[in-house]
Amino acid sequence: MERIYLDHAATSPVHPQVIEAMIPYMTTFFGNPSSIHSFGRDSRRALDEARETIAKTIGAKANEIIFTSGGTEADNLAIIGVAMANREKGRHIITTSVEHHAVLNTCKYLQKQGFDVTYLPVDEHGTVSVEQVKRALRDDTIIVSIMFGNNETGVLQPINEIGHLLREHGAYFHTDAVQAYGLVPIDVNEMNIDLLSLSSHKINGPKGVGCLYAREGVRLIPHIYGGEQERKRRAGTENVPGIVGLQKAAEIAQQTMAEKCMLYEQFQHVMLNTFEREGIRYAINGRETSRLPHVLNVAFFGTNVEALLVNLDLAGIAASSGSACTAGSIDPSHVLVAMYGSESDRIRSSVRFSFGYGNTLEQIERAAQEISKIVKRLTKA
Amino acid sequence: MARVVVGMSGGVDSSVAALLLKQQGYDVIGIFMKNWDDTDENGVCTATEDYEDVVRVCHQIGIPYYAVNFEKQYWEKVFTYFLDEYKAGRTPNPDVMCNKEIKFKAFLEHAMALGADYLATGHYARVAYRDGEYELLRGLDANKDQTYFLNQLGQAQLSKVLFPIGELQKAQVREIAKEAGLATAGKKDSTGICFIGERNFKQFLSNYLPAQPGSMQTLDGEVKGTHDGLMYYTIGQRHGLGIGGSGEPWFVVGKNVKENILYVAQGFDNELLYSDEIIATGVNWVSDRRPSGQVSCTAKFRYRQPDVPVTVEMIDETTARVSFSQRVRAVTPGQAVVFYDGERCLGGGTIDQVFRDGKRLTYVG
Repeated sequence: MERIYLDHAATSPVHPQVIEAMIPYMTTFFGNPSSIHSFGRDSRRALDEARETIAKTIGAKANEIIFTSGGTEADNLAIIGVAMANREKGRHIITTSVEHHAVLNTCKYLQKQGFDVTYLPVDEHGTVSVEQVKRALRDDTIIVSIMFGNNETGVLQPINEIGHLLREHGAYFHTDAVQAYGLVPIDVNEMNIDLLSLSSHKINGPKGVGCLYAREGVRLIPHIYGGEQERKRRAGTENVPGIVGLQKAAEIAQQTMAEKCMLYEQFQHVMLNTFEREGIRYAINGRETSRLPHVLNVAFFGTNVEALLVNLDLAGIAASSGSACTAGSIDPSHVLVAMYGSESDRIRSSVRFSFGYGNTLEQIERAAQEISKIVKRLTKA
Repeated sequence: MARVVVGMSGGVDSSVAALLLKQQGYDVIGIFMKNWDDTDENGVCTATEDYEDVVRVCHQIGIPYYAVNFEKQYWEKVFTYFLDEYKAGRTPNPDVMCNKEIKFKAFLEHAMALGADYLATGHYARVAYRDGEYELLRGLDANKDQTYFLNQLGQAQLSKVLFPIGELQKAQVREIAKEAGLATAGKKDSTGICFIGERNFKQFLSNYLPAQPGSMQTLDGEVKGTHDGLMYYTIGQRHGLGIGGSGEPWFVVGKNVKENILYVAQGFDNELLYSDEIIATGVNWVSDRRPSGQVSCTAKFRYRQPDVPVTVEMIDETTARVSFSQRVRAVTPGQAVVFYDGERCLGGGTIDQVFRDGKRLTYVG
């Protein structure tokens, strides 16, 4: 049985070119970039090039990129770092109820530290409006953290508009762009973004590496202490092979953006057409017009997601839903709850399919057939 | 290849059940049931450790594993019943209810939705097919036999159920786990009610039911002290009464829920603790061929109690009068009465009213 991986929003396979790019930095160029000898310089050059390349993809400057262990650390550094550095200016934070847990739980932590957090609700399309942000802004608001594209539904937030709104306010603007990066063009200057989180393993890079863009001049307190790496903003010897991998992955992601978008739109089309043809009762979760193309979150009415996902897995199809608790069972998605309410049929019947590198049209067709078969079996009274 | 879903708790019994099925060539899927939402003082879900053991064992056996959440069903069908029974002054048996409503109903349905042919568990019990019917038989390890908790199962369930360790002794199960190097081989057996675990029972219950202290009296009305709340006591209980003095120890012999009185009497063998007849409700027969007239068989009124010869007579569809030839001590309303014919578990019900010499006892009044 050929397995079909439709969970690229969870993590993705490493691109062969990325692996190739990384290998020399584990064999030949293994030096510590802070060392003063030639081994160190070899690594340092790679590090600086990676910084330069990644910065360019979002219109930033090289010295505005801080490498981290991934998206979660980038989110933590952005929000806690700004909050702690600016707490004399104010103690108010604005975010949304549909953020990734890396942002939500960071904000919860800050609440315990005495910060005041506003969690903006979303409409049934999963979006917040500029108007909502405007109304929530206060004189003591120090940071607004709103994700670029949602990891569960793919729904895009009006980042550009919110960025423009914040031009007239002193609060910093952070966005978690972990899912959106590589699928939508991002320009931190045009969009007035002050801080932006990226992750490598979502874009066919290795796990354990990511970065935070922090605009020059943003006041930020580090939260990992040690050496003076990353301009004293993030201590610890840099993960050079990982960073080189991230660089390569970012390059590929940018070069292939248009073709990926087209392909994933087609995948969605094929999948939904199959559901239609098979007479499946379903609904897409999230506004259809402004979603990331690689995420398709579908409610299959009358099914139970735990049975559905297990059946899919037994048929070799990997998909997901919400997040699993530490005891393995699936917790209701906070994103869908925010969109539809905790009593909605969708909460316990929705599955996220996410496309990526390696998926073919044949796979999608076969998966859609298999999904239809399983849904029919589960909804047969 | 027949597909079997194994309910895995993270204990040694269900681990070995899964291992044996895998060795027998079944297409085995391990599933962990999460029935209770609980976090410890560090905010860690208490089911996590058990789930992690399931994960380890399934990796060792080489089978896929998943979890399923029945918290809502468990709360509605088992825990609500559990509290209601305590409120009524009775001593419920949540394990019987869990088997009836969760493991062999909601979970069985889930297994079937996964295309399973059978559901297996690590219970010490056996199923036999004889004369066109499924029979529920005691586990071969007499000390571990769990048919008492399975008395509410019928043909529909038994036709889909496998008990792979029912033929084994507990020591053999441990030995198999050890030989296979299973992560749970040396794990301590769980004790007590699953959702309470090792915690203080009194404290747990007081989180859900208000404790109403009241008077502790003899049946003659002599006040012997105060009780902490009727729900904390069960018939025949000796410990925790706090009545000192000379003479024989004191025991709980009854409850008056209306007036919130706990009745006590002296002596383990006090006559007040003995009964010879009960009315059982919610009676289930494993066989579809329901008995007519009087049935002579044996019965257990508590888990791990020797069988007592009884005569069972159905009064209506689900209510039975059960008379015993010898008096039995501390038969407790709310607990299960389970009927046996030799190795065969015939079914059972809930002890509702208790009598001696035709007179209803004050056990719960």
